[in-house]
Amino acid sequence: MSPLDLVTDHGQPVREDLGHLPLALRGVTVSYGAEPVVFSVDMSVAPGAMTAIIGPNGAGKSTLLKAALGVVKPLAGRVTAWGAPLASQRARIAYVPQRASVDWDFPTQVRDVVLMGLYRELGLLRRVRARHMDKVMACLDRVGMAEFADRQIGQLSGGQQQRVFLARALAQEADLYLLDEPFAGVDAATEAAIIAVLKSLRDEGKTVVAVHHDLSTVEAYFDRVFLINRRRMAEGPVAEAFTDETLRATYGGRLGDGLVARAG
Amino acid sequence: MGAEFVTLSLTPILIGCFAAMACALPGNFLLLRRQSLIGDAISHVVLPGIVVAFLVTGTIAALPMMAGAAGAALVSVLLIEAIRRFGKVESGAAMGVVFTAMFAGGVLLLEQTDTSGVHIDVEHALYGNLESLIWLDATGWGSLLDPLALAGLPPEALRMAATFAVVAVLTWLFWRPLKLATFDEGFARALGLPTDLIGLGIVVMAALAAVAAFDAVGSIIVIAMFICPPAAARLMTNRLEAQIGWSMLFALLSAILGYVLAGYGPLWLGATASVSAAGMIATVSGVILGLAALFAPHRRA
Repeated sequence: MSPLDLVTDHGQPVREDLGHLPLALRGVTVSYGAEPVVFSVDMSVAPGAMTAIIGPNGAGKSTLLKAALGVVKPLAGRVTAWGAPLASQRARIAYVPQRASVDWDFPTQVRDVVLMGLYRELGLLRRVRARHMDKVMACLDRVGMAEFADRQIGQLSGGQQQRVFLARALAQEADLYLLDEPFAGVDAATEAAIIAVLKSLRDEGKTVVAVHHDLSTVEAYFDRVFLINRRRMAEGPVAEAFTDETLRATYGGRLGDGLVARAG
Repeated sequence: MGAEFVTLSLTPILIGCFAAMACALPGNFLLLRRQSLIGDAISHVVLPGIVVAFLVTGTIAALPMMAGAAGAALVSVLLIEAIRRFGKVESGAAMGVVFTAMFAGGVLLLEQTDTSGVHIDVEHALYGNLESLIWLDATGWGSLLDPLALAGLPPEALRMAATFAVVAVLTWLFWRPLKLATFDEGFARALGLPTDLIGLGIVVMAALAAVAAFDAVGSIIVIAMFICPPAAARLMTNRLEAQIGWSMLFALLSAILGYVLAGYGPLWLGATASVSAAGMIATVSGVILGLAALFAPHRRA
């Protein structure tokens, strides 16, 4: 247990300095109906590391991420980024939503989607200039999608769509990257390409947090884990927090294929 | 085409064009958000609002009509939300129930009201009075430069042009947030964009166009223009910017071709009377959509 945990009590901080944490949640509860999906969760995202959010289906992984971004409004609790209110730090945070959350039949091109990552820079009416398009192309190049810039997004494979979303997040030039299931339904080549980009971000000192469901790759991909099943089950470096004991506590009786894969 | 055209046909065609474009523009976003039915709902609920406004004020001046329509639109949105929440009905069904019920209520109210002195009746509600919006002060094309003649333009012409201008400027100004929030609401929210407000803004824009157009051209054109030109345009291109352009072109084509066919088509076929312009404009837009569905380059498999 870190000293941070000792000074919080269900979201009521007792003299706590969160300034060094890119992201901190304290006592965050989210509910869509009567039943809370995420209950009184504390989370401390370490700077310059790659953290996996892990838990069974319906454990509130995506909801937690959305609450951390202000995409859903928590019922209770607070979210800070570098110790400041989330709203003041949005320019430093990039987001990759679940691929299935948008309609890929939308009439737009790959380069337009990536350009959306520059919205904070462009605002309502500022002209798109050559340097903006250069940045877009550089981001597409980094995920290996430069040659698809003019494609309609519906013509891409699932893996290519996921890379476009990652390129859009890169265009945001943030310090903290939050990704919702970036490896869901993508091919092996895309998975390798994405993890290479995320690791290079980490090596540049950026912070990466991803909702992840494949337990067999956690040790290879991530530095830290955050285990959740509606409540926080464990948090820390992979070696300490990603153990048979914490996994059993998180997944309960539902020890899925992932655990078997990990054992095998 | 001479003086007679300017007097009798120019203003109805212009009003039809502006009404069609004002509705088709927000219709593009409603289509992409799978909310096209909202345009349908708004154009129906406008009727009881206008009747109530007439009962309260005793006039059919533009301002009370607009206020009544806006009030009715608000009531319908609240009712739809209430039925969806408490009745546990999906939103499409809730909308269907609310707008047919309110339109029916408007018809009943209208029948019980003495509106003989003014032209407000069920037929007007459905297909407006486009043919009667003539420009009596015009003596020919030169009247377009004559301030005195211009002052005699039907007020609907200016009102509809202004409505289209407002909708067009708002769309241009908020283009990036509109596109972003329509494509990826979660990402837009993470950027800090007020997506609820943007969604509401689109509906309000549609309501503005519907209320203004309703008075001049009736609900048939409004409903058709919210859906047909954008849906046909979507099949022509894979770029939103181009889709908007195509939808404006299809709206114009429907309004002009529809008006001309309604006025002269039956005569060409040997009939003696013309048919409803509103009905023909809506029909043309439907035919355009049908042709696009059969031959357009970006049909879905």
